[in-house]
Amino acid sequence: MLALREALNASRRAPLLSGLGVLTIGFSLFAFGLFALVAVNIREALRAVEERVEVRAFVADGTPPEAIATAMSDIGAFPEVAHVEFVTQEGALERARKDLGEFSDVFEEATLPASIDIHLRANLRGPENVKSVAERVKSYQFVDDVRYGQEWVEKLYRLRGIAQAAGFGLGIAFAAVAIIIIGATIRVSVLAREKEISIMRLVGATDAFVRAPFLIDGFVKGILGGLLALLLTWIAYRLIDTRFLKLVFFDTQVILIGIFAGALIGVAGSATSVWRHLRRI
Amino acid sequence: MITLEDVAKEYTRQRVALSHVTFQVKRGEFVFLIGPSGSGKTTILKLLYMEEKPTHGGVWVNGIHSSAAKPSEIAHLRRKLGIVFQEFRLLEDRTAEQNVAFALEVTGAPKETIPAKVARVMNQVGLASKATQLPRQLSGGEQQRVAIARALVNEPYFILADEPTGNLDERATRGVFQLLKDINAGGTSVIMATHDLEMVRSTDFRTIELNHGRIVFDSSEKPPPETRYTPLIGQPAIGGPSEDHWPPPPAGESSG
Repeated sequence: MLALREALNASRRAPLLSGLGVLTIGFSLFAFGLFALVAVNIREALRAVEERVEVRAFVADGTPPEAIATAMSDIGAFPEVAHVEFVTQEGALERARKDLGEFSDVFEEATLPASIDIHLRANLRGPENVKSVAERVKSYQFVDDVRYGQEWVEKLYRLRGIAQAAGFGLGIAFAAVAIIIIGATIRVSVLAREKEISIMRLVGATDAFVRAPFLIDGFVKGILGGLLALLLTWIAYRLIDTRFLKLVFFDTQVILIGIFAGALIGVAGSATSVWRHLRRI
Repeated sequence: MITLEDVAKEYTRQRVALSHVTFQVKRGEFVFLIGPSGSGKTTILKLLYMEEKPTHGGVWVNGIHSSAAKPSEIAHLRRKLGIVFQEFRLLEDRTAEQNVAFALEVTGAPKETIPAKVARVMNQVGLASKATQLPRQLSGGEQQRVAIARALVNEPYFILADEPTGNLDERATRGVFQLLKDINAGGTSVIMATHDLEMVRSTDFRTIELNHGRIVFDSSEKPPPETRYTPLIGQPAIGGPSEDHWPPPPAGESSG
């Protein structure tokens, strides 16, 4: 209880320093938040593209519907496959017309083959999986040809790999910068109370007792800074979303993790600063 | 009881603060530590409140051996050591009584007992009427009294005072010294480092004189007949303490 009171008193005695501390933490996390927003949206965009990865098996004319149904049921049981649909010649024509928009009158009559369209599971859409499914499907006698855009799938996965690695590296760099800035901010507040700490120790306060108010202070500043960063990131998201391009925002789980991370950085920064300080005096 | 047994403190090989220091202080004693700047007085006090640990030898305070003490043991020991400094070390943004109460609050004293204890020591140091004033509203002597009240409030066995009158005028010095004598008369040991030889000569309290980190005189010990050293307190008090009066350092050592 006393530790909590001491933490509140410290903020009351130096409101400017405390306010600046929260602002610094808020802006450091905001920079990280903006980065995370970009990363989430790139991931989302790639995911949308990935969903279009499918294997299309063109069916020879005159194949009995029973053979197609049996094959579809077999293919549907492949571990990589999410679902399978049959597109008739008319359906294929309809789709082509829709895709071509104003040039839809190119197709005067049904000349497109029927196909079995195979959609793969989210985490099994890698080039190897796609190729393996395509080869198995090709072995059916009534399948004339199988298309899956091999080059395109490989490029997509390379791009995804680069995006993931860059995101990971940049994420660590942004987080490190945020932690360093926040650590320095908290260190300033510890130094501002250097005299108080030295007196506490001289009159016999235990190290744990000396540390506690700073940890609470760091925790509260971390949470407030986290909330501020969240607000700023949300404003940035709304500005871009309404004026420039459609974006997705973090889901609740990510928001909670973000605020928790702010609190954790606050506590860890305080703990390190006080620990270093206690070792020195 | 305080015991220093053949204590040496070296900060670096070139910087020897203390060597071969051995003495004991019993409960209830008043001991002056005298000697020129850098002779090791402050280092001895730091060893006693265990801010420093000896490089060699042993320091025992109230049965706690500083080299083996855990941080929590040191914290609990300090509650029974009242520490007073030349520069007062008060928190400027708290009143006199809040400064005193601080020593109780941060050591986990029950909240309801704090006001009575603070009032008692503020009364003891003669500052009951100025309890709600901030340090900057008090004179130097009064600020030192607040610091002494803070040192007293946990009812210590020992008061360790490092030049407590160094920043005070003569009148305030007399007042603070009288206060420390009164505290000692109540049974609390006082170990006081000072440059003020007049004050030392005015009493017959035990005096330990240091020079270049060694004890050169301890008034509680009979000097051997061949000793030709005249302790500072035996020298005429002309012009106050002068570094020139001190004997040269033993070969191969520097001051600390």
